[in-house]
Amino acid sequence: MSNLTAQAEGKPKDWVPKGDLQKVVTPEQMFFELPREKLFITGSEAAREAIRRANVDVAISYPITPQSETMQQAGYLYDDGYIKEYYRGEEEIGVMSAMSGASRAGVRCLTATAGPGLMRGLEAISSWPGARVPLVLLDMCRVINTPLAIQPDNIEMSFLLNTGLLVLHAENQQDFYDYPLAAFMVSEEVDVTLPAVVSTDGFFVTHARGPVEIPSEEYKLPPRDGWRSAVPAMDNENPPARLSRDAPIQKSNFISYHMHASWQQEVFAAVERSAKYFRKYLNGLVEVINPGAEDFIIASGSAVSQAREAVRQEGENGRTVGLVKVKCLRPFPKAEIIEAVKDAKRILIPEFNQAGWMQKEVCSVLYGRSKAIISDGPRVFGGMTMPTEMILEWLEEARKRTP
Amino acid sequence: MSLETLRPSPALKEFLPIEYKDLVEHGPYGKNKKVSDMGQFKEVLEEHPMCAGCAMTLFIRLMFIGLPCPEHTVMVGTAGCGRLAISQASVPFIYGNYGDTNAVASGLKRGLELRFPNQPKDVVVACGDGGLVDIGFQGLMHSWFRHEKFTTIMLDNEVYGNTGGQESGMTNQGKVLKMAPRGKKDEKMDVIGLAKVAKLDYIARVVPTNPARVARTVRRAVLVAREFGSTYVQAYTSCNIEYSIPTPDVMKDAFEVENERYGFEEIISDRAKAYLQEIEKKDKKAKK
Repeated sequence: MSNLTAQAEGKPKDWVPKGDLQKVVTPEQMFFELPREKLFITGSEAAREAIRRANVDVAISYPITPQSETMQQAGYLYDDGYIKEYYRGEEEIGVMSAMSGASRAGVRCLTATAGPGLMRGLEAISSWPGARVPLVLLDMCRVINTPLAIQPDNIEMSFLLNTGLLVLHAENQQDFYDYPLAAFMVSEEVDVTLPAVVSTDGFFVTHARGPVEIPSEEYKLPPRDGWRSAVPAMDNENPPARLSRDAPIQKSNFISYHMHASWQQEVFAAVERSAKYFRKYLNGLVEVINPGAEDFIIASGSAVSQAREAVRQEGENGRTVGLVKVKCLRPFPKAEIIEAVKDAKRILIPEFNQAGWMQKEVCSVLYGRSKAIISDGPRVFGGMTMPTEMILEWLEEARKRTP
Repeated sequence: MSLETLRPSPALKEFLPIEYKDLVEHGPYGKNKKVSDMGQFKEVLEEHPMCAGCAMTLFIRLMFIGLPCPEHTVMVGTAGCGRLAISQASVPFIYGNYGDTNAVASGLKRGLELRFPNQPKDVVVACGDGGLVDIGFQGLMHSWFRHEKFTTIMLDNEVYGNTGGQESGMTNQGKVLKMAPRGKKDEKMDVIGLAKVAKLDYIARVVPTNPARVARTVRRAVLVAREFGSTYVQAYTSCNIEYSIPTPDVMKDAFEVENERYGFEEIISDRAKAYLQEIEKKDKKAKK
């Protein structure tokens, strides 16, 4: 925000944006080296603290439960000068389209949505990867299908998996602080240049408090460098070529087929190339507890927290159960999962959706590579919680079937 | 970008694309060209795949001549005939999803203002009537009510030309087209009226019968948008294919439509008027 704009919007002449007072640190310093203070805050507040340190240029908001609080908070961060430009868009197609415009300008941009809003914006969202626009979308999952509800349910994530987006799934408030920052840094790497989504389960994470360790607000990540990108920014700062970066290749001929195919191959190759950065910044694409166990749970998001408790209770009863927490869904950690469950006989995949998209992902990876029996659940949806007892009952069932 | 902002060392100049050097030395990069000199300078739009006799192509060619600063302009378009030509011009072109132009342009313009605080970057949306006021209606109206600082140019051919001739919101009442088998039921949408409601600083309706006027209209619209907020140019650009206008009669049709219902009109706010007068006075002085 220029000082003139700030004055027009009511700030005094000598107003200094607080973002200007922050010190830029490297991602390594921000993620691993700076001392951290432990807070007890909600997921939305954790997201706010991430945004405060993310050096965001443009944030575009639109309300939807359970996301609204986060982009309201982004508004207050703009008011304080941590974000340079902010407005409420007309609705999600408009917001997601404007995000692609802002990113094409070469600046760092952020938005957030939930459930039906994600669905509404999906035409624009699924066109982001091919447009090679680095940006971050925070996605607070909720019911999308009829009967309409605002309750947590993460079926919407299945719509993101085959678009060329980078997709992370935060388990808790701490992840919802850490993952967005990592997502910004990875999405802007030259050999990645892709949009990233950080999903988390609405209410369970966004509206509940949890421990979050964060460094001081005096620090922020380095800014986006609009010149450093796999494709030139749409700023008219390059000698023109009469073939646009956004090539209109709709016309049906063999050149258009080849252009589209090779462009898409490159997008999905860039998704795979991002793995090395996520491994570094997230301390691996997966977390594995009790490697070598015969019983394993594979989960992402809130289901991980429920699974942790099941693993603990089984441990108290002298039974070792392994757990794979999948942090990153795109790129999908195939090698890590195959290695983690190589000795498993039984695998459970607890999910907060009806479709079982994680179970399908895992089955496609383990097919022919594991002798374990993979259970088709347990699953809850429509806002239900998943009691630990449910996971324990499914474990017992699985043991009965394959002693 | 122009040689004003990028000065290659003389030894390296020869490695710049010939196209670029031509645009600087013999074209509109860094200096405005006159419509009356067409044919004597390197144009932003040259080859294109548009139909023979297409009035839209003539308008687009003039529109590019009217840009006050093509070397610092980014075009935004959407599906439709126009983008087939616009995408082949030597100005970056954003081609998004159908109807997303004014939302994309909002984000783009705000981003460019942050990145280039000392160099105005003009953003110009140019697309068809269907893309703007049917599927793109919401984005168009909201960009206007937010007074986003870019120009919207409607290439109004009163039909979905690119998909084969379907009725649009800008088609005239009674017209029989695909998807209006018994003739269009409702009136042509009054988008100029909507622009007035949104209190735009510059609104114009134009037919490409007077080439110099088209270029001047576009230039004014872009200059006012740079300074104050949204501006709108609505151009009648007939579709001679779907409206069965014989190619030699395309301009005859343009004159007739202009006389009957599409007369030139400019609605300029007082502050925009004062601003334009000052600029145009300077221009005249410079010419003398």
